[in-house]
Amino acid sequence: MSRIRIEADPGRCVGSGMCALLAPGLFDQSEEDGTVGVRDGAPPDTQRATAAAAAAARCPAGAIRIGDG
Amino acid sequence: MADALPPPAPFPTVRDTPLDPPAALGRLRGSHPVSRLAHPDGSTGWLVTGHALVRQVLADPRFSSRTELLRSPVRVEPHEPAPPGVFIGMDEPAHARYRRLLTGQFTVRRTRALAARVERIVEDCLDTTEAAGPPADLVRTFALPVPSLVICELLGVPYAFHGDFQRWTTAMVSTASGPADSRAAEEALTAFLADIVAAKRAAPGGDLLSGVIDAGALTDEEAVGIAMLLLVAGHETTSGMLGLGTFALLCHPDQLALLRADPGLADGAVEELLRYLSITQFEVAARSALEDVILDGRLIRAGEPVTLSIPAANRDPAVFADPDELDITRVPNGHVAFGHGGHACLGQQLARVEMRVAFPALLRRFPGLRLAVAPEDVPLRHDMPVYGAHRLPVAW
Repeated sequence: MSRIRIEADPGRCVGSGMCALLAPGLFDQSEEDGTVGVRDGAPPDTQRATAAAAAAARCPAGAIRIGDG
Repeated sequence: MADALPPPAPFPTVRDTPLDPPAALGRLRGSHPVSRLAHPDGSTGWLVTGHALVRQVLADPRFSSRTELLRSPVRVEPHEPAPPGVFIGMDEPAHARYRRLLTGQFTVRRTRALAARVERIVEDCLDTTEAAGPPADLVRTFALPVPSLVICELLGVPYAFHGDFQRWTTAMVSTASGPADSRAAEEALTAFLADIVAAKRAAPGGDLLSGVIDAGALTDEEAVGIAMLLLVAGHETTSGMLGLGTFALLCHPDQLALLRADPGLADGAVEELLRYLSITQFEVAARSALEDVILDGRLIRAGEPVTLSIPAANRDPAVFADPDELDITRVPNGHVAFGHGGHACLGQQLARVEMRVAFPALLRRFPGLRLAVAPEDVPLRHDMPVYGAHRLPVAW
């Protein structure tokens, strides 16, 4: 399968934590203001790609974009 | 071109069954997911009942959250701006200025670090429950005190004041106390929170409130507003979920048995109870159009208030298979119980921790947990913005 590329925009992020809850291996939250950080922007396997898609779908701020790697 | 709309109608509040939203909301979602609403003050607005449309409105900054622009669908209220610090009722940039002071405190990591304290609180409340019965009112001994004591942790309320704090918070949200008592409790709490803020300024602790005061360059009034908002947003809601969630599990013994047999299902059970119960039944999710907006083919004019029905959205068959079934193994579960958009619930990860700890601990403690009254005799908060059980008599 082709890899995906994950991008997150801390400026849009509202710190809900949904990404860190649903895909903790891929996303993290800043200690200071809780905004999103990407830990792994190009996960190699389907399982994590699915988790990334779920995090993007549930993000209340639309701060996560999934593109083709 | 969208078809003609029925004339403005009052907001449906009558439930045929205790755990399902009013059936009229589901009918509207099917026929007119954006419909005209008649407010009790004679004005008109809009009611949105579809899942995708509710998300769309909540994520659109053309719809304002400013308290003075909102209208209750069920009662006539004064239209005053939010007090300083109470950012739930503000738009950008004021909202983000306050919210960003707090987001770092409510991360998944920070809230999980509180789990051990939450476990201790839950066990203490289960001790109280056990000593009180059977039968015992689980709302009084468990659902109300657990979130109240968790908020004590966040605000750094000294242990000696936990009793006062619990009495006031209970009086503020319980209808048993009557409007005069609720107001008196709110005044007592406001004065108490002002004392707490002053104490944290003088001697900061490791609690959330100290952190906010330290980071924020806030006036005392703003800090008290934030503390009150955390209390109001975090107490009645979590308490409602703990009480009504237990009631729902007891009414669905197959689901309760699943959770009891495998506490690993707790995460999914919490999400499903959030979806199925959708306790923020009105007023909590509301907006007002700042400019003309076309929504699902309807023209919403600048200044018109919009009510979002979270219960209707979370039972939308376009998103959820068998939406009226409680299924704790449901995956995925894209509910909007915590809202959506820039105002999405700030404390949602803490609420999850509280529920994930509380439900399995309750089932562990009482292997024979059952209702002590008939299900139809459990008194419910039909007329309040946050739904729940007034009392939940249980035995074991």
